Amino acid sequence: MRGRLVRRVVGSLMTGLTYGAAALAILPLAAILAMLIVKGAGSINLDFFVKSAVPLGESGGGFAYAIVGTLIIVGLACVVGLPIGIGAGIYLAEFGGGTFGFVVRFVADMMNGTPSVVIGIIVWSLVVTPMGHFSAFAGGCALAIILVPIVARTTEEMVRLVPNSLREAALALGYPQWRTSLAVVARTARAAIVTGCLVAVARVAGETAPLLFTAFGNQFFSARIFSPMAALPLQIYDYAVGPYDDWHRLAWAGALVLILLVLAISLAARLVTRAKRHAT
Amino acid sequence: MEPVIPQPSPAPAPRPTPAAAPAAGPAAAPAGPPRLATDALTAWYGATTGVRNVTLGFPANTVTALIGPSGCGKSTLLRSLNRMHELVPGARVTGRVLLDGLDLYAAGVNPVRVRRSIGMVFQRPTPFPAMSIAENVAAGLAVGPRLPRGQRAEIVERALQRAALWDEVKDRLHDSPLALSGGQQQRLCIARTVAPEPEVILLDEPTASLDPAGTSHIEELVQQLKKEFTVVIVTHNLQQAARVSDVTAFFYLGELVEAGPTTRIFTAPREERTEAYVTGRFG
Repeated sequence: MRGRLVRRVVGSLMTGLTYGAAALAILPLAAILAMLIVKGAGSINLDFFVKSAVPLGESGGGFAYAIVGTLIIVGLACVVGLPIGIGAGIYLAEFGGGTFGFVVRFVADMMNGTPSVVIGIIVWSLVVTPMGHFSAFAGGCALAIILVPIVARTTEEMVRLVPNSLREAALALGYPQWRTSLAVVARTARAAIVTGCLVAVARVAGETAPLLFTAFGNQFFSARIFSPMAALPLQIYDYAVGPYDDWHRLAWAGALVLILLVLAISLAARLVTRAKRHAT
Repeated sequence: MEPVIPQPSPAPAPRPTPAAAPAAGPAAAPAGPPRLATDALTAWYGATTGVRNVTLGFPANTVTALIGPSGCGKSTLLRSLNRMHELVPGARVTGRVLLDGLDLYAAGVNPVRVRRSIGMVFQRPTPFPAMSIAENVAAGLAVGPRLPRGQRAEIVERALQRAALWDEVKDRLHDSPLALSGGQQQRLCIARTVAPEPEVILLDEPTASLDPAGTSHIEELVQQLKKEFTVVIVTHNLQQAARVSDVTAFFYLGELVEAGPTTRIFTAPREERTEAYVTGRFG
């Protein structure tokens, strides 16, 4: 009888502890969101989205170019990074059993752990210095380098989940190995791969450090990828460290928009997974 | 001209008894020369053998059943016929497999092409989950010769009809195959296998994961398939072998013990081991 009581007490205690840990884990996120909404929501208006940054001393202005710039730079990173990452992931899962696969996997894991500021400096010395100036292209490269190992490893995990019986069935139909990998295996894992890509994109969209040395930021509108370009994280940083209250308010608003953007991408990732589950 | 006629393995390796000698004559072939045949086929896994020195013919338009206890090599033999065996790391094959007299293991033969002529259905249904029912049936056509647009739909319909599935899925050709029952999925896999018009169809325990209704569907289907194809079926179910096959080959420990017309194998086997197995005394 006593044993049962002790068991129930310990059980409830442990359950309570896990709830507590979960609450602690989401507390910072909730706090950040609340803070951003309180401080930033007031400054989000039409001007914020359509006006450009203003010169020192003037009030008003908005984040229009920074938003466009972030979309362009992240888009560049996707164009460069996603195909390489997905391709590498499929390779690792389907053919990466040997030494080369081991090396690629090891390097990818190491790069996943590399601080993004280091990647910014590397791209600065490899792209910015030879070209002689900062550029959106260099920013895209830096983000792509962060993107590739994340995408490669998640893609590999997802492709590995495809049952081997499907590979055999395709091979038995007379599919060559490469077509089996693409038309059957990767296609089966497609929704999961897309989800992984979206999560990775959400992660790099908020990166600031690698852009400091590469895209640099720009007060003026530029859609030329070989010149410096504004980006959300950069303008948030500039405004946050600036001396004006007006700037600080806009920086809060910018941060809120950036978080919402990342949230939207993550939500899209969830929806893709959900849709997949419905289909199957 | 025919390099191999189907007859019992000439020698159960350890001691070549005279018992094999009287078995001369085409004991296993009611219908002429074999479409597919193995000649001294040995399948290796690294240094060990899964199948040893098997010489066996599979006559056209008949169903040949491969029976024997687990691990006797019948599945390995089946997978050697369409060169799936060699996909296992370290696996290789010695001897010959002849399709219409042509050695499938000769130098320069592309295993991918071999698999287009010799279709295979597996133990568990393997519909491609990312494709619709129609796309699944057409999957094998994608790697074959190019087809005119309209013809694809025609082939899909005909394949589904030949797999006795058309009436059940004609209104949902574009739905996911995963909504189908296990038996329907297996018939879908059979439709996918027949669509590219192979010459031979290999069935690897095709009913092992199905309920009795699904099983009897597949068995009826096998009777239809043999009108157009040469069929080889591996089964653990002796009643099934007796029901569906014309010729039965009994394997034990990697060797072909005896092959012959199914009725004879089940009623008057020549080998003691065959009799022990078909009467349920071991295996």
